[in-house]
Amino acid sequence: MSSAAIEFEHIHKTYLAPHKHWWDRVQKKPKHGLMALQDVNLRIEYGEFFGLLGPNGAGKTSLISILAGLSYATEGRAWVGGFDVVEDFRRARRALGVVPQELVYDPFFTVRETLRIQSGYFGLRNNDDWIDEVLHNLGLTEKANANMRALSGGMKRRVLVAQALVHRPPVIVLDEPTAGVDVDLRRSLWEFIARLNKEGHTILLTTHYLEEAEALCGRIAMLRGGRVVALDTTEALLARVGGAGLEEAFVQIMRDDRTAQEAL
Amino acid sequence: MRPVETNPEMSSGFYTLFYKELLRFWRVGFQTIAAPVITALLYLIVFAQVLQDRVQVYDEIPYTKFLIPGLMMMSMLQNAFANPSSSLIQSRVTGNLVFVLLTPISNREFFAAYVLAAVVRGLAVGLAVWIVALLFFPLSIVAPGWVLTFAVLACAIMGILGLIAGLWSEKFDQLAAFQNFLIMPATFLSGVFYSIHNLPPFWQGVSHWNPIFYTIDGFRYGFFGVADSSPWLSVAVVSSVFVVLAIVALRLLDSGYKLRL
Repeated sequence: MSSAAIEFEHIHKTYLAPHKHWWDRVQKKPKHGLMALQDVNLRIEYGEFFGLLGPNGAGKTSLISILAGLSYATEGRAWVGGFDVVEDFRRARRALGVVPQELVYDPFFTVRETLRIQSGYFGLRNNDDWIDEVLHNLGLTEKANANMRALSGGMKRRVLVAQALVHRPPVIVLDEPTAGVDVDLRRSLWEFIARLNKEGHTILLTTHYLEEAEALCGRIAMLRGGRVVALDTTEALLARVGGAGLEEAFVQIMRDDRTAQEAL
Repeated sequence: MRPVETNPEMSSGFYTLFYKELLRFWRVGFQTIAAPVITALLYLIVFAQVLQDRVQVYDEIPYTKFLIPGLMMMSMLQNAFANPSSSLIQSRVTGNLVFVLLTPISNREFFAAYVLAAVVRGLAVGLAVWIVALLFFPLSIVAPGWVLTFAVLACAIMGILGLIAGLWSEKFDQLAAFQNFLIMPATFLSGVFYSIHNLPPFWQGVSHWNPIFYTIDGFRYGFFGVADSSPWLSVAVVSSVFVVLAIVALRLLDSGYKLRL
């Protein structure tokens, strides 16, 4: 059992080629196909604000999917709050809140119904006090009885964050939560998430906005081609790679294998 | 730093998923309950009008009465299939199924919630068809136990098939193909409108390989106390099909088939 908030141990992920037959698809561990992750090892301690960076296709979402149980690792193990995400999936998922990358919602329900249903999925049936607090903190109180279809993109994004928080998870994963949202929402979202982090919640953030990662994250890992090519505190990364900012460091690490080796 | 504790009040999410699946069809009840009742009633009026005096299936049972249980079962089968299949395909196409997959709901709970909601919708439609038919044609039940047994088992089988179809289909047209080329022929060619004893021997033999035939035949036995096969044979076949389909569906869910890639 891991003592960290999040831990990945020798994670490999191979996706089955799309033309394979259905009987190949019922196998959990395909040996041949697209290798998305190769021997990823990461340990994130309780209370950290951790950044996971990398270009498109680097494996960030694959890694998060394995953590959240949306995907099975081909090899290796992962833990959330000390619980194995496969063998002890109930406790692992209770400890985890995930804000998915895509703007998805159920058009049948209002905002409040959506959050009540999400609470219910975690077995919480009298959770209205906390739901009200989350709605308030995300500026959604006035939209509580609006149908999800009637919300703007930014408001839908706020509901996604609220859904990830309904069960008060100690570990929160935000997969590009500010993609395509306005400055106002971005600011209020980060204020709320930073407050949760101060209260002791562990945050794992993936983003393409490197200034956000530089400002918020205490430690950063960079992925390229499914491998961890950099892992250090934000300050140390900046100092060791010697760039003008995280964006410069990111560009150098992604281009240069030697810089990446130094950054590990 | 001391970690935030996981909320200790968390329990099973099964009830909420089941309730959500009920709410989903109840919110659009005009489409999910009223529409199939109207369709069944139209079949009943047209066929009863045309065939009432020309077809005699069992002694002393008028054709219209013979037809009602068949139409009830056909409506139940089609709607029990439609509930999980349409819910799953919509959730997968729009991507909101992720909100269920991220939760501690186990594969067995997921299976039970979708199949039970399918059974409830099937029974609601069947009951509604019966009540509306009663307004025009009186029909009593000889063996209520058999009626309930076959209604529940048939809806459960079609609920599981709907679950499998919803997992397998990646697009709405694939689901429509499953419905049009498998479910519709299987329900229409299983004795809804006729007794298989009226068929040539070859087609009688074929009908005995169609498990849907046993659901309708056993259900009809509950109404009249007479059917093409023994209700015990029918319940054995239908129960076996239920067990096999449940194993297949749970195996698919455990493997993460098209859900957890």
